[in-house]
This record gives sequence, C-alpha cells and structure tokens, in this order.
Amino acid sequence: MSCDDTVDCGRRRLLVATAAAGGVAGVAVAVPFVASMLPSERAKAAGAPVEVDISKLAPGQMMTVEWRGKPVWIINRTKEQLESLAKIADKLADPKSAKNMQPEYAKNETRSIKPEILVAVGICTHLGCSPTEKFKTGAESGIEADWPGGFFCPCHGSTFDLAGRVYKSKPAPDNLEIPPHMYLGDAKLIIGEDKKA
Amino acid sequence: MSKVNAILQGTLNWVDERFPLTSNWKAHLSEYYAPKNFNFWYFFGSLAMLVLVLQIVTGILLTMHFKPDASLNASGVPVAFASVEYIMRDVPWGWMIRYMHSTGASAFFVVVYLHMFRGMLYGSYRKPRELIWIFGMIIFLCLMAEAFFGYLLPWGQMSFWGAQVIVNLFSAIPLIGPDLSLWLRGDYVVGDATLNRFFAFHVIAVPMVLLGLVAAHILALHEVGSNNPDGVEIKKKKDANGIPLDGIPFHPYYTVKDIVGVIVFLMVFSIIVFFMPEFGGYFLEYNNFFPADPLVTPPHIAPVWYFTPYYSILRAVTYPLFGIDAKFWGVVAMGASTLIIALLPWLDRSPVKSIRYRGPLYKGFLTAFIISFFILGYLGMLGPTPMRTIVAQICSVIYFAFFLLMPIYSSLDKCQPEPDRVTSK
Repeated sequence: MSCDDTVDCGRRRLLVATAAAGGVAGVAVAVPFVASMLPSERAKAAGAPVEVDISKLAPGQMMTVEWRGKPVWIINRTKEQLESLAKIADKLADPKSAKNMQPEYAKNETRSIKPEILVAVGICTHLGCSPTEKFKTGAESGIEADWPGGFFCPCHGSTFDLAGRVYKSKPAPDNLEIPPHMYLGDAKLIIGEDKKA
Repeated sequence: MSKVNAILQGTLNWVDERFPLTSNWKAHLSEYYAPKNFNFWYFFGSLAMLVLVLQIVTGILLTMHFKPDASLNASGVPVAFASVEYIMRDVPWGWMIRYMHSTGASAFFVVVYLHMFRGMLYGSYRKPRELIWIFGMIIFLCLMAEAFFGYLLPWGQMSFWGAQVIVNLFSAIPLIGPDLSLWLRGDYVVGDATLNRFFAFHVIAVPMVLLGLVAAHILALHEVGSNNPDGVEIKKKKDANGIPLDGIPFHPYYTVKDIVGVIVFLMVFSIIVFFMPEFGGYFLEYNNFFPADPLVTPPHIAPVWYFTPYYSILRAVTYPLFGIDAKFWGVVAMGASTLIIALLPWLDRSPVKSIRYRGPLYKGFLTAFIISFFILGYLGMLGPTPMRTIVAQICSVIYFAFFLLMPIYSSLDKCQPEPDRVTSK
C-alpha cells in the first residue's frame, strides 16, 4: 500500500483493523454453531452399562445385547473352537492383539477374561456394518475350504476369527473392539464397566 | 383491443423502470442465441431443471406429513418409518407424491449423468466453459449429498446401514477422522440426532445451495454461450447486427424443442411412478421396507444404483500404502474418482472439442471408460467375492487411466479438421 494523495493510510489501516476484528467475530460465532452439532448431554449420558445373565448360554451359542446403541456379542466358545484360534495366527493381521482394541485384561490368546466367553462389539472396524456369524466350519460355511468358524462382514467382505481378530488383506484394519466388561459372579456379566476392585 | 394493449404496455414499462424484467427476458430467452444444431443430447439440461422443480414441489408436500423421529411409537415402530407408511397408506395421494419423489431421485441422476456425458462427448467443458463445468461438478456433488441425506429419512434398514457406512468413511481420515464422524452423527451411533440433522440438510441446507449453484451454472453458460455437437464457436461468425450466423433465439425455438423432451420424459416417468415405482429394487431397495435395526446388518447391503460405481472403487482398494491402512486409501480413491471429473478442462489437450472430429485414441479411451463405469456400477450392487474384487480393481485402473493419461493421448491423437461453422443435415 503506497501512501499518496488518493489513499489516506490512517483510514486504510483502520479499515483493515475493522475488517480483521469483524473476521474474528465471525469465526467466534461459528464456534457455538459448529459445537451445537456435537453429541448432546443427553446423548453422552445414554451410555449406561448393561447387565447380562449368561447362565443359559450353552457352548457354541452366541447372544447379542445392545450397549450404547451397538450390538455386543457374547459367545460361549467350544473346546474345538478355542483350539482353532492358535492354528490360524499366520492368516491374521494382528494375531497378538498388539493394537489397542481391547482392555488390558483381554489382551491374551482368547481376547477374553474367561477363556471360553468372548465379549466383543459386533461392529466391523471397516465401515461399521455388523458382521454375520459363520460358525459352520469348512466349505459348508461358503467362505473357504479350511474355514475354522468366525464372522463375515456382508458389506465389504472382511472376515474375523472366533476371537474377533481380523484376517489379513481385508478392508477392515483392526480386530473387533472388546468393550470394558466384568463378571459379577459366575453367570452375571456387566458390559460397559470394569472397576478393577 | 388497442386500449388493453396500451394498459399492458404501460404496466410493463412501469415494471421495467423498477426491475430489469424485459432486459432479462431478452438476455436469457428471446435474444439468447443458441447454436442451431442442438441434438438429442441437449434435452438433459432442461430436464434436470424440470426434475429439480418436481423434487422441490413433492418434497415440500412430503415434509407436511413426515416426522424425523427415530424413537419408537406405541406399536414399537420408529416414528419416522411409521410416518412414511402413513404417507403411503393414509395421506390422500400420498403414495403418488412419495413415489414421484423417490423416482425423481433416480431420474435426477439419469438425466444428470446423460447431461455430463453430453459435455464429455462434445467437449463442452473446454475453454471458455471451464467454470460452467466446475459449477456443474459442485451441483453433482451437492446432488449426491442430497440423495444420501434423503435416503436416511425413511429410517429403514438400508437407510440406517447406508448412513452408518458413509458416515464412517470420514472416520478413515487420519487424526481428525473419528471426531469428525462423531460430529456428523451427533451421537456415538447413527440415531435420532443423525436423522434430525440429515432432515435439516435434506430439506433446507443443500437445496438452497443447489438453487444458487444452478443459477451460477446458467449465468456462466449465458455469459459465454452454448457449445454444440460440432464444438465450434458460433460467436466467431456474426451477421451485421452482431447476431451469430448459426445462432437461433432460445425462445421460442429451444423452449418448443425442450417441451418435446419434457413430454417424452414425463411419459417414461409416469410409467415408472404408476407401474414400477420400486423398479425391481433399484430405485427403492427391498431391505428398506424393514425398520432400522441397529443390531442387525442386512445380509446384503448395497447403495442405490447411482452410487455403485464409486462404491466399487472404494471396495477395490485392499492394500495398505505408506503405513496407512487400506480403508483410508479406499476413501481417498472414491473421493478422487468423483473430484477428478472436475479437472477435465485441464486434462484435455486435444485441438478439437467434439467427438465428431476426434481421433481413434480418444474414442477408444472413452469407450473403455464407459464400459468400466458400467461394470463398476454393476459390481457395486453385488456382494464382494475375490474374483469380483479383481475385476473391480482392473476397472478402477481404467477409470483413472482415462483421466490421468488424457494429457498424453488427447494430444497424440489423429484428429480431423474442425469445420468453420456448425454442420446440420
């Protein structure tokens, strides 16, 4: 900006300062507008823990409960199913559960507190579909000849084993999430809370 | 009679002194000179405007009865889903208005895809029409957003899981992704908050932007003038009055021509609305007749047909790259596949505009592009298998090659000389 007869530099500076202040005010107003679209206090409060009775869950069976609007699977795995977990490690993307998709107490071979009971959020880590159970083994499953049982996501074809671990070269990047959970006695399970007492 | 004329003329003069009515009528209709050799492909611009009007009118009527509410009613059905059933069964003519709106959504994409293909055939995006093309591409993106937001509203199974997948696409963006998708949903899962805001976007935010963009698209077109099937500028040859020799006034010549297109379009449109509104599951997917269930994904989920080519490209990316997982690159590829179309004005180096004078290289690439676009669209409706993924990967490569190699093959191509003036038989 050159100061000459046609430009009054004092007024031009005032103009720039006013415009800048107006711009700041505009951005400041945008903050509450944008923030109004965040989860409301009611939505935040809605995530209460869920209590489940698993006494009737026989080996090989699975049940689904709702926690925070998401399906949570509880699966009572049979001995054969548990034995299959170790054999397929080389086919999995993260067999040792190195990524932080589970609480510390579920970071083990079976991804669970009790070896046979798996508690997992039934939401594919790719784009959020809920995978379908494919417990039948082998070619009968419609997946592959040596399929040991697990889950298949109908949306983009990701496959997971019976510990919710994702297979290699599939769209889903991570193992299924293990929610915080704990046992109150033998057959009573709380999902969404894990006070380490 | 002359007295009546005088009063009418006086009224018009009174208005013209206060509002540019006559001058705008002339500039955009009676003295807007369009090339005289428009053909079949030139119906689809005006048809797109017709569908826009149909969607707005039927949409306003639907909002009078629809309730964007995901809570369950006394009989355990989500209120939004029940209100759509109510429109279909109890509102007088509600079924027709809703079928017009749902068929209109697919019709919009049919005419817009044909309109875009016309632009590619005749090089309508080339200089000086780059901005028309850019505005058009933004309209296309808005239209996709509008269709996506609208698809959630009936709150059926496909609505719910489609929204779940698309909103989660944003979570693939590194660092900000998960927070961004949380902000878009307004809840930790797709729920009532999501339904309500999608309703707001669908009925007010996006339509307002769309109308503004359509105005900009047409103003830019009328500034530079229409292209034509020969791809030559009619403004280069003008008569003594400065009127292009090959131009004819838009009104009445093309308004009358477009009415023929409107009639044929409305015949096809009515047949679909009245006799096959679901169109075999392509316009209204069968799974959407089940209310949304957050616990069960339908065994087969696919987007509506107009999204399937991009959806196939998303699925085709299965390899991680630069230490970022495949999910992110799939989203990038899908985004790029729509945005890259906007770059056509700068990718095309051919000395001619129209397909009529282009050489075999361009024609071959265009054919391969169209074929792979259709194959991708078809695969996107099917479930994933390893074989289909490989086919989708090949087609995705062809899709991008058409654009990325264009600077090379379009300048190497053996073109025929363009004529001086438009040709018409």
